[in-house]
Amino acid sequence: MNWRVEVSTRKDFPDTHGQALLSQINDLGITTVQALRFIRVFLIQAEADRQAMTTAAAELLSDPVTEDFYLGQSKPPPGLAKATTIEVHLKPGVTDPVAGSTLMALRDMGIKADSVRTARKYVMLGNVTDVELQNIAAGVLANDCIETVLFDPSGEPPSPDLAPYQLEVITVPIHELSDDELTKLSRDRDLFLNLREMQTIQEHFKQLGRDPSDLEIETLAQTWSEHCVHKTLRGVIEFNGQTIDNLLGSTIMKATRDLNKPWCISVFKDNAGVIRFDDAHAVCFKVETHNHPSAIEPYGGAATGIGGVIRDPLGTGLGARPIANTDIFCFAPPDMPREEIPKGVLHPARVLRGVVGGVRDYGNRMGIPTVNGAVYFDERYLGNPLVYCGNVGLLPIDGCFGEAQPGDKIIVAGGRTGRDGIHGATFSSGELTHSSDTEFSHAVQIGNAITEKKLADTIIQARDEGLYSAITDCGAGGLSSAVGEMGQELGADVELEKVPLKYEGLSYTEIWISEAQERMVIAVPPENLERVMEIFTGEDVEATCLGEFTNDHILRVRYQGTVVGELQMEFLHDGVPRYTRRASWTVPELSEPNLPESPDLGQALHDILAAPNVASKEWIIRQYDHEVQGGSAIKPLVGVANDGPGDAAVVRPLLDSDRGLAISCGMNPKYSDLDPYYMALAGVDEAIRNAICVGADLSQLALLDNFCWGNPDVPERLGSLVLASQACYDAAMAFGTPFISGKDSLNNEFARDDGTTIAIPATLLISAIAIVPDTTKCVTMDLKSPGNHLFLMGITKNELGGSHYYALSDQLGANVPQVDLSTAPAVHQAVAKAIEAGLVASCHDLSEGGLAVAAAEMAFAGGLGAKLDLAGVPLAPGVAQPEQILFSESQSRYLLEVRPEHYNDFISTVLPCHVGQVGLVTAKPSLIVVGARKNTLIDEPIEALKESWQRTLRW
Amino acid sequence: MADVNVLVLRTAGTNCDRETIYAFASAGGKVQALHINRVLGNPKLLQDFQILALPGGFSYGDDIAAGKILANQLLHHLADQLHEFVEAGKLIIGICNGFQVLVKTGLLPGNLGQDLPVGGNGQIVTLTNNDSDKFEDRWVHLAACSKKCVFLQEPQRIYLPIAHGEGKFVVSDPAVLEALQKSDQVAFRYINPDGSEPSYPDNPNGSIDHIAGITDPTGRILGLMPHPERHTHRTHHPRWTRLPAERQPDGLAIFANAVGYFKA
Repeated sequence: MNWRVEVSTRKDFPDTHGQALLSQINDLGITTVQALRFIRVFLIQAEADRQAMTTAAAELLSDPVTEDFYLGQSKPPPGLAKATTIEVHLKPGVTDPVAGSTLMALRDMGIKADSVRTARKYVMLGNVTDVELQNIAAGVLANDCIETVLFDPSGEPPSPDLAPYQLEVITVPIHELSDDELTKLSRDRDLFLNLREMQTIQEHFKQLGRDPSDLEIETLAQTWSEHCVHKTLRGVIEFNGQTIDNLLGSTIMKATRDLNKPWCISVFKDNAGVIRFDDAHAVCFKVETHNHPSAIEPYGGAATGIGGVIRDPLGTGLGARPIANTDIFCFAPPDMPREEIPKGVLHPARVLRGVVGGVRDYGNRMGIPTVNGAVYFDERYLGNPLVYCGNVGLLPIDGCFGEAQPGDKIIVAGGRTGRDGIHGATFSSGELTHSSDTEFSHAVQIGNAITEKKLADTIIQARDEGLYSAITDCGAGGLSSAVGEMGQELGADVELEKVPLKYEGLSYTEIWISEAQERMVIAVPPENLERVMEIFTGEDVEATCLGEFTNDHILRVRYQGTVVGELQMEFLHDGVPRYTRRASWTVPELSEPNLPESPDLGQALHDILAAPNVASKEWIIRQYDHEVQGGSAIKPLVGVANDGPGDAAVVRPLLDSDRGLAISCGMNPKYSDLDPYYMALAGVDEAIRNAICVGADLSQLALLDNFCWGNPDVPERLGSLVLASQACYDAAMAFGTPFISGKDSLNNEFARDDGTTIAIPATLLISAIAIVPDTTKCVTMDLKSPGNHLFLMGITKNELGGSHYYALSDQLGANVPQVDLSTAPAVHQAVAKAIEAGLVASCHDLSEGGLAVAAAEMAFAGGLGAKLDLAGVPLAPGVAQPEQILFSESQSRYLLEVRPEHYNDFISTVLPCHVGQVGLVTAKPSLIVVGARKNTLIDEPIEALKESWQRTLRW
Repeated sequence: MADVNVLVLRTAGTNCDRETIYAFASAGGKVQALHINRVLGNPKLLQDFQILALPGGFSYGDDIAAGKILANQLLHHLADQLHEFVEAGKLIIGICNGFQVLVKTGLLPGNLGQDLPVGGNGQIVTLTNNDSDKFEDRWVHLAACSKKCVFLQEPQRIYLPIAHGEGKFVVSDPAVLEALQKSDQVAFRYINPDGSEPSYPDNPNGSIDHIAGITDPTGRILGLMPHPERHTHRTHHPRWTRLPAERQPDGLAIFANAVGYFKA
């Protein structure tokens, strides 16, 4: 019997979701919708009579206090008689998490239910035109990529049934193919392999005297994808007459080797970089991007971005327990006019809402605090938004390494396998086009956080009982990559028909390369199999034995007994041809602008505070649970009203210990337009500054690099990548801060339907993680007490190139901020030492917007005023203009608040670094800046400054 | 002195179990965490404990509505055992998602002893979507209001974080609110820092009568949306860098009162 139950908000209660959607519809510029009602729909197949289903609807499916239910297709509510109704259903095969829980709950009630599906129904009042309706459906209510919209819901909803699969082994004849045909084959199958790689595969199978199966070709494409092996960064690059063999190995990884820190436990090997935390624990950190999926399905793309990166620490060593998330986004400005949005691109405001919602719902449900992040706006992210998600995990110090053994059983645990995410690894390695949204909708995975939470809970139990010898996540490339990597030195024998499926109809190749979410693979010695299964099933986690690791160095894949793929591990992992790319860098012709003299500095400060890159991100931060797990020591929002911009987060992973971790980031893509080398130095410097500000130990600070670049086949783009990598090496060596993990995402370009492309600005995210020996000594950035002194550390130079101040006049300038690696380390160390000694009441770094913005933020976060005297600022020769002193973005600078009783100790601690006494904290709640001639340059009430800073993104 | 045994009940999506265990252990309880499947398999396990804690999180992903699926499990498989637990003079606390579960089982507010309008499964109050229609994490000022609730000391003022999307407390009928007030079952209210009547965001979700937590007629079951287990260490306070080091964290007392109830 098929039942339909509709649930809607009772009229005495606000339909909050319906109202929120209505306001988003208004944001589209559509004003004809006067009211919108949101109705949840359950489609239930059950052996149940009307009475039983009424009970289920009353007690389970609806809230007895706030909701009404209706069995069947409800009539439009009173007052909405002429309303338009549309219904949104998931496309066949898309995960429906609510359905599974509802099925279980119905059975708990004694109802014999066979299946449940859910849908959403919207009833709109008003004279809505058909075109508007299409726009509302596409722009607010549904995503065509995963959902079907029914404009006439009186009909039958789409059936999710899929035909069963009949084995048919597909051989791909490549022996005789010409170069053109090889290229065509790669394109037709979405392999994203270039000609040289296709030729290598052709040659290999010629030697074997047979043609490959489709599964073998796909496995090679996954394993050899840019996403998985980083062909560009590890290849050979010709740059300015010099040959760079393995850029990554000769810069970023070399710094780690050269520094050789004893606390680096496992770097650039495992799924995340591992450092020592204390005598018994290590921590690991990984940041990934999930850009392409987030461009076409922001909510699902971002959710699986965070879901995927959580599985990296979970799959590091013998498994780390996730303890903190980070998220950094790059979008086009959210107020971009709709007519400027190219075909195939979602509006940036919608992308932002969707991405934030995805990270929120997945991260919060996982119970992992999202503690640090940033949002960066630039029009060039329009077709290619960037979504960086990071995760920190905690693991036992003796569980940092795992190794599968011959004879170990291959267990896949967690979510079921479906068609979701097929070709994700190859898709993410290519360029987005105006038609990617339809062509690659299958590459978007849909996540279910609770499946992953259950998986993580049980894995940690199995780890603590020592039941498995190795673990990895099923990420890009799915089982093909996970099993292929774990068995790299061994060989593996897998039977694919054993993989639990979400629905019938998947071919063996689809099973093998599906990137369905929430799956981990573990290698379990046969004697532990029973206990492992007991742990999983005890908490309703599905786990299946797929085969075993061997020692014949062959990856052998079967389906119902038939061998469907047999690859030599050596060819799979080492067969990818290396090739040489050309890189170049032309110094851009830049000049400093001529701006009017005597600008209104107070107005400039307001305008910079209101710039979206500087403005408060509280709207986002509050939607994330940043305190779950009970270890929050420095929150992302600080100060007297809990709303000031903290520099870095500090968490205490062990609740009975005061030892903590500072987590921060640094990024400034705009400097890439001037000089990619100094852009990268600034990113490292900023990440370090942010960590130092809260009390991190510079001698135990590790870095992560995440490069998001355009097409590396363009020599200039690759050239900027080379320069940025070299800067990473130089910075890491100078600061003594090794890189422990990284990832690159290339080809972030968007091809419009007219053939033009938009490349993103070269975007390097630097993340930092550092030990905080005693969190009770941490410092926040809000001013604490009137009468305290303000000191500025570091030198201010005429470095307004790429600054916010120039951006107010639409100028770029030429003088990019240049980190001075000969002096900067001493400044960071001096600040850290002063904080450690308890001599600093508050501390904030100078970044976007320079001194003026830092001072304003410290003042309004503390609810106090400040009087700054620019005469005290340590200046480079030739710097005199107040706008230079106030808004220069020179690096390696901090503004610190010091109590009068600590004056002498502070000075003696930070000398001989450049330090200047620049003012006082005042009870009068204004920021006053006086110039060299004692003239008042700025006099602004802090409430007004705060309002400018909060208004922009107060959604 | 005999151990006070605390059961922290876990299920799929529970995520505040570690800090809840830590809070009860700090208060002197002997804490064990069990997955609901263990208890469903052997309901007698409940008898070993004096305090049952339902921690925060997203049990079953908040599917259908927050707390609904777990409440349904408890109602259909453990109703008798839970009533016995309460009858035996033992304590139950539900925090955030745990509060949502207790409300959706009807254990809170319990039988108000009057002829009140009753919805399906006897539920007369609920926790619904925040007025802001979004999940929010922020700190709130609370006034302890109930004399009968053993977990608190009226008229204490405490400062705790909330982190929820469905925390708006509503009733099926004004008479229900009156009955709750009359029987001293309002445990916590959101207040302004100066003690006056709050509006958003001091009342973070739009709860009627600014209710943040309620107790049952016995005073031995407490449900609240704010997280006391997230304020058990000096550095939990969002402004601890502005406060004296000796300030005691506000959340501990709730756990200490619960454990102390059996030690007195």
